[in-house]
Amino acid sequence: MSEVAITRAEWLHVCKRSDLVADSGVCALVGGRQIALFFLPDQEPQLYAIDNWDPIADAGVIGRGIVAEIDGELTVASPLYKQHYRLSDGQCLEKPEYKLEVFPVAFEGDDVLIQVDQ
Amino acid sequence: MVKQKIVVIGNGMVGHHFLEQLANRPERAMFDVLVFCAEPRPAYDRVHLSEYFGGRTADDLAMGKVEQYREWGYDLRLNDTAVSIDRENKIVTSASGASEAYDHLILATGSYPFVPPIPGHEHEKCFVYRTLEDLDKIQAAAKNGKVGVVVGGGLLGLEAANALKQLGLEAHVVEFAPGLMSVQLDEGGSKLLREKIEELGVTVHTSTATELIEEVDGGRLRMQFKGDEELIADLIVFSAGIRPEDNLARSAGITLGERGGIVIDNHCRTSDKNIFAIGECALFDNRIFGLVAPGYSMARTTVSLLCGEAAEFNGADMSTKLKLLGVEVGSIGDAHGRTEGSAAITFVDEQTGVYKRMITDRAGKKLRGAVLVGDTGDYDTLLQYHLNDMDLPEHPEQLILPALDGAKPTLGAGALPDTATICSCHNVSKGDIIGAVQGGCCSVGEVKDCTKAGTGCGGCSALLKNVVDAELAALGVEVNNDLCPHFPYTRQQIFHMVQVEEIKTFDELLHKHGRGKGCEICKPTAGSIFASLWNEHIHKKPHVGLQDTNDTFMANMQKNGTYSVVPRIAGGEITPDKLIVLGQVAKKYDLYTKITGGQRIDLFGARLEELPEIWRELTDAGFETGHAYGKSLRTVKSCVGSTWCRYGVQDSVGMALTVENRYKGLRSPHKIKMAVSGCTRECAEAQSKDIGVIATEKGWNLYVCGNGGMRPRHADLFATDLDDVTLIKYIDRILMFYVRTADKLQRTSVWLENLEGGLDYLREVVIEDSLGLAEELERQMGNVVGTYQCEWKTAINDPEMVKRFRQFVNTDAKDEKIVFVEEREQRRPATREEIVKICEPA
Repeated sequence: MSEVAITRAEWLHVCKRSDLVADSGVCALVGGRQIALFFLPDQEPQLYAIDNWDPIADAGVIGRGIVAEIDGELTVASPLYKQHYRLSDGQCLEKPEYKLEVFPVAFEGDDVLIQVDQ
Repeated sequence: MVKQKIVVIGNGMVGHHFLEQLANRPERAMFDVLVFCAEPRPAYDRVHLSEYFGGRTADDLAMGKVEQYREWGYDLRLNDTAVSIDRENKIVTSASGASEAYDHLILATGSYPFVPPIPGHEHEKCFVYRTLEDLDKIQAAAKNGKVGVVVGGGLLGLEAANALKQLGLEAHVVEFAPGLMSVQLDEGGSKLLREKIEELGVTVHTSTATELIEEVDGGRLRMQFKGDEELIADLIVFSAGIRPEDNLARSAGITLGERGGIVIDNHCRTSDKNIFAIGECALFDNRIFGLVAPGYSMARTTVSLLCGEAAEFNGADMSTKLKLLGVEVGSIGDAHGRTEGSAAITFVDEQTGVYKRMITDRAGKKLRGAVLVGDTGDYDTLLQYHLNDMDLPEHPEQLILPALDGAKPTLGAGALPDTATICSCHNVSKGDIIGAVQGGCCSVGEVKDCTKAGTGCGGCSALLKNVVDAELAALGVEVNNDLCPHFPYTRQQIFHMVQVEEIKTFDELLHKHGRGKGCEICKPTAGSIFASLWNEHIHKKPHVGLQDTNDTFMANMQKNGTYSVVPRIAGGEITPDKLIVLGQVAKKYDLYTKITGGQRIDLFGARLEELPEIWRELTDAGFETGHAYGKSLRTVKSCVGSTWCRYGVQDSVGMALTVENRYKGLRSPHKIKMAVSGCTRECAEAQSKDIGVIATEKGWNLYVCGNGGMRPRHADLFATDLDDVTLIKYIDRILMFYVRTADKLQRTSVWLENLEGGLDYLREVVIEDSLGLAEELERQMGNVVGTYQCEWKTAINDPEMVKRFRQFVNTDAKDEKIVFVEEREQRRPATREEIVKICEPA
C-alpha cells in the first residue's frame, strides 16, 4: 500500500531551512495534513517528517515533543503522555499497536521538500 | 459466626495503637469493637504536645480520626467516660448511661499528672501538662503574665518549661531532687544539662521543696520554699511525674500494685482473665512504663493474643533520645551504673558542652548503660550494643571519643544480629527489613512503606538506610542513582560538574560526561541546571531543544493541545485595573477563566499562535510571566495580614511580595510553592508549602518542605521569630542548597526525607553553616535574582522567538482539529464523542 503511495507521491515544497528549529520540531500543513518536521543538524539524516497527530492523546502536538534517544534510536516523546515514537518509522515504543505515518523529506538548497500521498 | 465483642476504655496513643494494629489484621472481622473516650477528640500525639505552642494544631497532632475509625468499623464514643465494670455479667457502664457487654475488655486508661499536695495547689493559676485543653488554659493564662514556673525537673517538666518560654514567659524550673532528669541522667550529665538550659534563659532551682502557694496582691502567686526563699509567679505548671489511672479497675476489684497500677502478667492480662491492661495504667513486674514504645509493645502483644497467636510482653527497654530546649539528651539502660560490678568511661568537653558516659561490665566487654548530653551522635551505635548484648570493641572508649582522623568505629549493618531492633517505634527488626528487601523493596522509601520502619520518631533513619543498602548490595542489586542511560551520574553530581567546569551547553556536557544523544529526562534536567546557574533565557539557541513543551512555549499545554496562560499575581494582590485587563484579554480570545489555588487567574484554551499576542497585551498592562509552566517558583500565597485583619501581627502581603519578587524565575528540580500567613491562624496554609512563613509577635516562623497534592506532607518548623533579613537569608540558602543537591523532579518534601540527617542536618548547613557553603549559596541566589528577566517580555520583543509560536510554518491557517463546546457560559475542549457529532452531523 505505502509503496504504491510513494511512487505516486510528488516532492512538494514545504518551507525554508530557516523555518526549522535546530534540535527541535515544527509543524507544517501539507494538503490538509499536519506534519511534524524535526531538524537535527548533527545527525544523519538531518531531517524527519512524521504525522503530527498524537493518536493516544487525540491532539495535534507531536511536533512540540522533545527529541529523545532511546537505546540508540532517535524518537520524539509526545508532550502530553510521553510515549516515544521512532523518528525513522513512526513506531510507538510503549504501545506497539500505534504507529505514526512518516514521510520522505529532504533539503534542496535552502528549501525543504516532502513527499506526501495525496 | 457469632462475633466477639471487644470494649476498649481509653483512647490515648496506646489505645489508638491497639485499634490500629487490630484494624490491619484479617482477624478484625471476628470482633465487634466499641471504644470509650473521655476526651472530646480521638487520640492525639502527646509526645509532641509542646509543638502545639510551636504552631502545630490539634489537627496536626491527631492520630485517630473519626472518619478513620468509621472506616475501620469501630463504634467510637467520644466525650463518654466509662464509670463502672460489672465483671460478673461482663458489662461496662458509662457516664452517659450506656451499658455495653464485652467478651474482652481492654483498659487503656493511661495516667494522670501527679500534683504534690502543697497547700494552694488548687489555685486557678496552677495547671498540669497533659491534654490539649490543659495547654489552651496555660496559653490563656500566659497572655498577661511575665513569670511561669514548672514544678518538676524531669523530662516532661523540661518540655513544659520550653513551652512556657515559647509563650514568652520568663521560665523557672523547681525540682525537689538535686539534679534535673534524675531518672535518666547521672550527676555529671544532669549538671551539664542544667548549665545548658540556664544558658538558654531558664532558671533552675534544684533541691528545692515548695511548702506553700498563695495569692498575693495583683493576683500573682507567691511560692514559699523550704528555707525561706520565695518566688513570685503568674502561673504554675505541675509536672512532677505521672500516676496510673486505675480508679475504674480499683472499684471493679481488679488487683492493683501497692502503690497503684493495674497488675498485668506477661500476656497483659489483669487478675480477671477477660480484662487486659495496656500502657501507663498497667503495672508489670512492679514497674509503670511511662514511655510510648513499651505501651505500643503491650498493645501489639494483646492484639496477637486476641487473634489466637502466641505473644508475650517481657518488659521494655527505657532508653531514650530527645531534644530538650534544643539540648540533645540520651539515656540508655542502666544510666546510673547501679548494677553490681559496673565500670564507667566518661568524656567531658566543657568547651563545647558535651558529656558522655558509658557504663560497662568490669571487663569492659558489654555495655550496660550510657548517658549523653550535648551530643547524641553516638546514641544509635551504643543502643545497638546494649540491646543486642554485643561484645564491645577492643577499645570501647573510642565509641564516645571524638574522632580525630575520621576513623571512628561505627557499627556496620552487617555486625548486627537479625533480631536487632532497628525501629523501636514500630518494632521492626533487622530481619524484618531484610525480609522486605528480599521481598522486592528496592529503596529506603519502599521499605518504609512496607514495614513502617523509620516512620515514627525517625531516629533510626540512618541505620535503616545502612541496613537496606547493605542488603541490596548483598543481593547483588546495584543501587542505581543514574540520571538516565545517557549520564551515569546523579543530578547532584551533574550540577557539580556544570558548576565547576562552567559548562554552558548540553552538547558540551554530553561530550564531556555523557554518551548517546540525550533524552527527555537529561535534556530538561540539564536545561534546568543551566538556568539555575547561569540564568540565560530558555529560548537562547543552545537551550531550545532541551525544554519540555511547556517551557518551550512558556505556557501549560492542555489535553487538546491548546495552552493555559497564568500571569504572575504576586502574593495574590491585584489592582482592579489589572483585573479588568485580564477580563478583557480573556474575553477577546475567548479563554476559559478559573481562579487557581495559588491565588492567581488561569486563562485556558489559547492557541499556540495566539500566545505572543496575548502576552503583548498582558505585558503592556504590566503583567509578568507567572512561570506556571516551569519547574520553578510558582506562587507565594498570602493572607491579608496586619494591614486589614484584626488578628494579623505582621504585614504578610508585603512579605509575600518581597519573597515572590525575589525568587520568581528561579529554576529548580521541581516546582516550588510558598505562602506567608499574617498570624498563627494560618489562613495562607503555609504549612503545606515548600517554604512557609508564619508571622509571630516577634517576627516570622519559617516552615520548610511541606507539600499538598498526591502525597501531602506537613512542613517542618525550621526556625522561629526571625527578622526580615534573616528570614530571606535562610530561604536563600535552603533553596539554593535544594537546587544543588536534589534529585531530578524531587520535591522539597521527598528531598528532605532523603537527606541524611534530615531537618537537623539542614539546620546545621543553613543556620550554623557547617559546610562553609552559606556565602556561596547566597551569592548564587544573588546572581539568579540579579539576572531575572520576564521571559515573555524578552520573547515578544525578539522576532526570531516569536516565529517559534506559529501553528504551521507554511501557512497562517488554524488547527481545525481543535474543537470547543460551551459549558456554563464558557468554552471547554470537546470530547471525542462530541467531535464526532460536530464534524459528522447526522
